[in-house]
Amino acid sequence: MRSRLLAGFALAAALGTAPAFAQSVASPERIVSIGGAVTEILYALGEEDRVVAVDTTSLFPPRALAEKPDVGYMRALSAEGVLALSPDLILMDEGAGPPEAVALIDQAGVATQHVPTGLTVEDLLAKIRAVSQAVGEEEAGEAMAGEVAEKFAALDADLANVGEKKRVLFILSLADGRPNAAGSGTGADAVIRMAGAENVFGDVEGYKALSSEAAAALAPDVILVVSRGGSTVDPLSVPALAATPAGQANAVISMDALYLLGFGPRTPDAVRELAAQLYPEAGLAR
Amino acid sequence: MPAEATAGAPAAARLRLAGDRSARARVAMALLGLLLVVSALGALAVGPAMLPPGTVARILLAGPNGQASSLADTVIVWQIRLPRMLLGALVGASLATVGAMMQGLFRNPLADPGLVGVSGGAAFAAVATIVLSGSVLAPFAALFGIWALPVAAFFGGLAATLLIYRIGTRAGRSSMALMLLAGIALGAFAGAGTGFLVFMSDDDQLRTLTFWSLGGLGGATWGKLAAGAPMMVAALLLAPLVARGLNGIVLGEAEAYHLGVDVQRLKRLTIVLVALATGAAVAVSGAIGFVGIVVPHLLRLAIGPDHRALLPASALAGASLLLVADMAARTLVAPAELPIGILTAAIGAPVFLWILLRRRGLADV
Repeated sequence: MRSRLLAGFALAAALGTAPAFAQSVASPERIVSIGGAVTEILYALGEEDRVVAVDTTSLFPPRALAEKPDVGYMRALSAEGVLALSPDLILMDEGAGPPEAVALIDQAGVATQHVPTGLTVEDLLAKIRAVSQAVGEEEAGEAMAGEVAEKFAALDADLANVGEKKRVLFILSLADGRPNAAGSGTGADAVIRMAGAENVFGDVEGYKALSSEAAAALAPDVILVVSRGGSTVDPLSVPALAATPAGQANAVISMDALYLLGFGPRTPDAVRELAAQLYPEAGLAR
Repeated sequence: MPAEATAGAPAAARLRLAGDRSARARVAMALLGLLLVVSALGALAVGPAMLPPGTVARILLAGPNGQASSLADTVIVWQIRLPRMLLGALVGASLATVGAMMQGLFRNPLADPGLVGVSGGAAFAAVATIVLSGSVLAPFAALFGIWALPVAAFFGGLAATLLIYRIGTRAGRSSMALMLLAGIALGAFAGAGTGFLVFMSDDDQLRTLTFWSLGGLGGATWGKLAAGAPMMVAALLLAPLVARGLNGIVLGEAEAYHLGVDVQRLKRLTIVLVALATGAAVAVSGAIGFVGIVVPHLLRLAIGPDHRALLPASALAGASLLLVADMAARTLVAPAELPIGILTAAIGAPVFLWILLRRRGLADV
């Protein structure tokens, strides 16, 4: 009895993978894609026909959510809902939840892949490679990762000529005139740094509501805001913000939220666009 | 229809009617039992995954490690639907029974753990456990493990219930209005505490809290069931102990005392049972409102106010209601899932208003 158990363990160890992967299929045909960037990568790889469902954060390309069943917000998944689609591969952003539902999905004997996320270029490349490997498109994924890496390298080279770093304040939302600003460890902080600028709120961690007085004291050169579905905030409607160097110079940059913060294959383009607007004199626009 | 008579008649007259109703209560109980069996089977058979009832039955018979169907189907039936059904039935039974008990104790059909702050107190304690178990409450979380959340919610609910009762009781007389107002104030205070914890929490905790506060059985697992079930089962099994006393209290505390009811003991026991069941239910399923108001009220219209029938009937009907609501929650927007608190509030709030309007003109709302 014991020796059979041991043999079983040895076999599992020899296979070197979790049981879920033992049933992994070479070329999955029914993929559930959970996470905006995951879906974006799948579509960019030309795999959209194999995607049977996406989550609510899969907003790009817009037809993804319009045409595929929606399993709900990626942090409030229903285990049975996901499994009910009889997928042969479930790709989940690392942030998917709740933990109970994710654990149940992992147990169900369907191939699942947790796609790593992170806020560095390397993390983005790893994400692209993980998704493309999971669907058996290593080569296309490698090509995409190479292209993304190249774009970032080219941008870094161009940014080397930029003189003083711009000091940027990112405002996620303006509820009641109270700015909700991005500190370190946020996607906004990452893209600001990638674009060769400094986050004036970088000493604080996460998104935090600021008093407008505190926002003014940060004295940003540029205020960065994002628009969602065409709606955007006007930070200069807040007197304290209008009084900052950014306000005086009317230096407000607005970009599409998902494009700028999505951390997918379009990110290098978004970062270059941001950099081009931050440093118009550097000739970064393509 | 005796329903009209029930609402307006003096309590004593209502009690006298109870005797005539025992036969009716027995029939109702049998029907409710049947309804619960049907909804329980439905909860196992219905979901976004289309599994024929025969397959579900075969998977159940084959056991959790059986090979009757694919591994995914086995996981769906054994790890998702079965614990979810049991948890839903227990939570529904607990909320409805607790509602009936509080309505009896407070002598008001509008008392409900959600309205009078008991859920708020339990929720505050549960949220504190979620947010602080990594820091200040780490020893507590380590001590109780998976039971930390229900235990904390029990004490939160108990503290709230005791406070409300203390504030509302002067020299042995309870003022319903005072208690309701105290409950509202306490609920607001617990809300402030919860709000402060939300302010302190990081992005991940924030998302957990947001969805937790909407209520739901989606996170049902055997572990969660093991953590919450003992408290809810204990409260449900002990509930009949207070039934006769609550019947007496309907007449007034002094009258109950003269009928031989140990009023203080009754109050203490009821409060502990309420806190036990509410705390565990809130901890495992978040805030699911209105079950505790709607179910006992409708049953009182149907079978009368005798708590000996009302409490078990509430348990059966509450369990069925939550199972049906949960089936709707997981199928209406499948493959996504609605938080069940949205559904119970959508059904419960209009019924609550209807109760209010029916009672307009009576003195003691």
